[in-house]
Amino acid sequence: MTAYKPTKIQSYPKLGEKVTQDTIYWKNYKTPIQIKEFAAVTKIDFSPVPPYNYAVTASSRIHIYGQYSQEPIKTFSRFKETAYSGSYRDDGKLLVAGSEDGLVRVFDLAGREALRKFSGHTKAVHVANFTSGKYHIFSGGDDYSAKYWDMSTASELISYDEHTDYVRCGSYDHTVRVFDARTDKSVLNMDHGQPVESVLLFPSGGLLVSAGFITDLCLRQAVVEEKPEDEVIAVGMTNGILNIRHRKQTEEKLLMENRKRRKPAYRYYVRGKNYRPKQDDLLVSKPVKMHLKKYDRQLKSFEVTKALDTVLEPHIRIKTPEVTVAVLQELNRRGTLMNALAGRDEKNFSILLNFLIRHIVDPRFARILITVADMVLDIYGSILGQSAVIDKQFVRLQELIEKELDYQQELVEVLGMMDTLFATMTAKKEALAPQSRSNGPTEGQQHTEVMPDQEAMS
Amino acid sequence: MVESDEVRVVRCGGSRIHYRKALFSVDSRFLLCAAGNRVQVLSTQSLECQHILEGHSSLVSGLVLNPANHLQLYSCSVDGIIKLWDFTDGLLMKTFHTRYKLLALYASAAHPGVLFGKIPMNNEEASGLFQLVALRLPKSSRQEEDIAELSCVLMDVSPSPGATCFSSRGEYIASVKDLRLLVYFFSSQKAFSFSLKATGKKEVNNVFTCVDCHPKEDCIATGHMDGKIRLWRNFNQKKTYTYCTMHWHHSAVSDLAFTPEGTNLLSGGVESVLVQWRYDEPQKRDYLPRLGGTIELVAVSPDGSLLCTSHSDNKLTIIHSSLKVASVVQGLIRGGTVRAGLNFDPRSRALVMNGRPGHLQFYCLERDLQLYSLDIVQQEIIHECGLQQFEVAHVAFDAKGAWLATVEERTGKRSDVELCLKLWAYDESSQSFTLNTTVMTPHDDHVVALCFCPGSGTPMLVTAGSDGCFKAWVLGFDSDEEGPKPGWSCDFVGTYHGLGAATCCFSQDGSILAVAFEQIVTVWSPLSWELLATFCQPPGHIRELCFGRQSCARYLLGSTSANLLCCWDLLTCTLHWSAKLNVVVLKGDPWSEYVAAFAHAADVTDLFVFKPSEPRPTYVHREVCHGQVLHAIFTLRDSVEDTCPWLSKSCLYLLTENLELLLLCTRAEEERRAMSCTTLGAAPDEDVLATPFSMLLQRVGMVAQEECRTAHPQPPQSSVAVRELLQTPAHVLPAATFLCALFINSLLISRSHKDVSNMETEDSDGDREEEEEDDDTDVDMDPSEPQKVPTFTDGTLTLTKVQEKELRKVRKLDLSWLTGS
Repeated sequence: MTAYKPTKIQSYPKLGEKVTQDTIYWKNYKTPIQIKEFAAVTKIDFSPVPPYNYAVTASSRIHIYGQYSQEPIKTFSRFKETAYSGSYRDDGKLLVAGSEDGLVRVFDLAGREALRKFSGHTKAVHVANFTSGKYHIFSGGDDYSAKYWDMSTASELISYDEHTDYVRCGSYDHTVRVFDARTDKSVLNMDHGQPVESVLLFPSGGLLVSAGFITDLCLRQAVVEEKPEDEVIAVGMTNGILNIRHRKQTEEKLLMENRKRRKPAYRYYVRGKNYRPKQDDLLVSKPVKMHLKKYDRQLKSFEVTKALDTVLEPHIRIKTPEVTVAVLQELNRRGTLMNALAGRDEKNFSILLNFLIRHIVDPRFARILITVADMVLDIYGSILGQSAVIDKQFVRLQELIEKELDYQQELVEVLGMMDTLFATMTAKKEALAPQSRSNGPTEGQQHTEVMPDQEAMS
Repeated sequence: MVESDEVRVVRCGGSRIHYRKALFSVDSRFLLCAAGNRVQVLSTQSLECQHILEGHSSLVSGLVLNPANHLQLYSCSVDGIIKLWDFTDGLLMKTFHTRYKLLALYASAAHPGVLFGKIPMNNEEASGLFQLVALRLPKSSRQEEDIAELSCVLMDVSPSPGATCFSSRGEYIASVKDLRLLVYFFSSQKAFSFSLKATGKKEVNNVFTCVDCHPKEDCIATGHMDGKIRLWRNFNQKKTYTYCTMHWHHSAVSDLAFTPEGTNLLSGGVESVLVQWRYDEPQKRDYLPRLGGTIELVAVSPDGSLLCTSHSDNKLTIIHSSLKVASVVQGLIRGGTVRAGLNFDPRSRALVMNGRPGHLQFYCLERDLQLYSLDIVQQEIIHECGLQQFEVAHVAFDAKGAWLATVEERTGKRSDVELCLKLWAYDESSQSFTLNTTVMTPHDDHVVALCFCPGSGTPMLVTAGSDGCFKAWVLGFDSDEEGPKPGWSCDFVGTYHGLGAATCCFSQDGSILAVAFEQIVTVWSPLSWELLATFCQPPGHIRELCFGRQSCARYLLGSTSANLLCCWDLLTCTLHWSAKLNVVVLKGDPWSEYVAAFAHAADVTDLFVFKPSEPRPTYVHREVCHGQVLHAIFTLRDSVEDTCPWLSKSCLYLLTENLELLLLCTRAEEERRAMSCTTLGAAPDEDVLATPFSMLLQRVGMVAQEECRTAHPQPPQSSVAVRELLQTPAHVLPAATFLCALFINSLLISRSHKDVSNMETEDSDGDREEEEEDDDTDVDMDPSEPQKVPTFTDGTLTLTKVQEKELRKVRKLDLSWLTGS
């Protein structure tokens, strides 16, 4: 009459951090690759054109890395002192870098030697970049000045000297100034309140972000035709470690999609479905068949030992121990747990014991597993000493339980201490009522600690 | 002390419909089942109650169709009265008085005028010995008769009706008791006894439970305690009898039934699986599992198209012969556990109590009908004796019926108590409760009480456990983004000196919570969870707590195990009054200020109704019932009753020790209930007939009658047979011997139509003797009956014998004086 009711699997609340959009996003990256550089990484810049190599400035070298290579493809090492701010031009063909000696160098990606050297800064140049016009470069140095260079003539066009501290993108004098290349004055002055380490202009040009002390961080907008995605994140750190995270490859997904079973052809798919019964047709409805899990099918036909064997298979007992525990509980409710546990050979029994050892102290499962352990001892107590493997497991189980008991003892002691503390704190307030409120929350805590048993059901 | 006669105690709620085997009428259109003091006539198609045969004053213990007239029913009750009914019209025809306690009734077509019954030996039940007796029905025309003639057929039989069976032709009778099968042949007056060994091998229990005879062959099927079924053959000799054993049931076979053709044997037991065995091939079986409670009785309709199983959870299941459940008649389930007590669902106005194992039943008392059954445990029920099942131990509804809280418990053999608190939200779209939150092990020990906070705002539930703490649960919105799905979580845990809690109770506005810990009542504020006051009235532990309502909201009532009923004033924190009463149940009326207290003394229970403000009761009812009252509940009534102040807005239901549901109501109400019962009883048969098909039949019948009437006066020449004979060429005519009968028949002048129909009814009635007897009885019927105009709307057109008799008399009468004058 009524259908078989499948075994109820308790769903336990997930512990740990919640799943948010952020965690999902970061889950999409592979484990990071770490590359050791000689010194602190001061700048990472991605080439704006494929294959999206990136230039890492560290010490007196600029390394060019390919997207997946862990070895540099190319190295610019013609710096006498520390190099700074290796940056690509829009077309990815030229690279500009400042250096400790005050020179600004422009390299061709194909060659090794610098194409141009701009001298004019008296101190180290920490920032150098191309303007969007392709033929001009601006740079800022520790001599409090920012300069605007023309590449073709290799000459200095304008020098801005309004800053009163080192110019590092913004300036250490806490200000961000916006210069117009046509005039020699700043058109806008913004006070950051802290030394400005980095400035990023939004592509739309309306906004700009300024940052305090952080070492470089750089995101590459890989322009894949359909979906723009952040494929690689490279992080340079002051201890010289370059950390690269790749996004999990879409190739795998593509492969999966290819492998996915093709849907049946339309005409087979709709066969018989679009037939409308006529008015005086006798409609014979087929009963909906309920799908049951394997262990449920076995429980339905009262094959208790087989059902227990099923849930002790590796993929269930390891991935979803709650299923195993739920079936154990169901067997206990049916009063046939003893029958299911008995009569196992060494291999089978050691699997069961392993499961017990692994989960008996888990507060979610402890209640039923203690009963199971009790029964196991009752059934198999007499054969102790016949198998070394089993004996060893029994000893482990014993040790585990002893440890757990000590642990619980300690917890109770701590709870007692806390109770005393709370009692002294609230003694005055609760003069009228001898029993303080304080024991409420603490007990509640203990309750949740020992038994995280609430669950929201759908 | 006021004791008015205005208030009555009325038994209500469904009576046991699984007590005796249900009976099908010969055409399988009606199902007759004994229900307490009444017999219900149900339609097998619609399950509508056609008639209620009322007249017995005690439990109906046997039903049997009159073998001479299958439209009549004999019923017997334990006070020794046998009644003969016309169940299609719901009329009582005759009453027979015996002075014996009748426990079962049998009849056989081979023994006309004799009924067989089981009575205690020497008419005292305490002896534990029963005998099968033949009761010869006196042939007289009186309505009331005494049966004095009584002859013993078999001594020392089992009192169970299923333990005795008549063979289909009535030549022998088979009866089982303990380890013995007794076959008694009427013709030779010989009895053969076949015994089985008490115990053979392990787990063998050969005690007989039930017996049935094969309708065609000489074969007897017996069921046994260990689940075996034995088919006995060749039992008319002592020596050469044989039996074969069939085994599927793992515990006792409760009942057996052969199908009318004898091709199948049906059996049922505690497993709640109906097993259909092939008579020829016992290895082949068909099953119908999960029918509900234990199958106690199996009945088969005379045409074999329907089966009916009676279950221990007060249920009849009607099953097609293809083993498909057709319909279910569910009565109020009163067996088993009643731990959840009586509860009132404010939304559906139904009484909520334990139903099937792990279920709650919502029972509408006005209509005496189970509205629905809510599965609380949601687990497969294993039907096995001695298995500890999850039971619903506590139930609470919030004030509006939007939330339902249940606690289920299971006490295992090895493990300690398993508890589960579930919170159900009412779902408007599905019109039922859906599970919202499950809390495993809310307390470390038994939960003793749970109550919802009646105030508005966030719903709050308080549970008290005997582990010494009470917990407050609140509905909180989970901070998850994936949807506003509120769940319940623990808000506060309170204890008092580590004492075990006894009960808890909220005041009417929800501003105060009272929790009893052994001897001490503590009063808490649910807003700040501060302990406000404590009351103690030793000696004796607190049993029940109850706040006053409305004008008496300042009082708190408590009953203690030391036979004391105390009333504390919450404003002054003093004892207002106390009374020496052994109060077992204390219940406040949520719609008025009255409180009902049931006091148990010397095996009777008295009811006291009082206002908490006054120490004098407003109403006292001595001896409400025998034994203890287990639970009581006030339910809201539909219309305001003026005669009794404390019953004006509500009525009081109580559940007694014997699991009887009683209602306290005013006299006017009782009369109204009786009225509604009779109107139900007189529900016309037309309900079934008013189908399109029946209407069509009626029309066809009428047309046919018209044709008949016009056809009869016509000369025989126009008859089809004659015309055919005269007009067909001679060489194609069939043989003259064949045509002769046709021709002569066609020449006969038929009698009037009425006479024809009379002939028909006579033919169907069977032997002559019976008919005459019936005539005698019919003459004494009330005089209005024969004046009924015979209706021609019916397709079959029947005249009652009374009318027939009248007609005959009229014909014989000399009416010449009319014309002669």
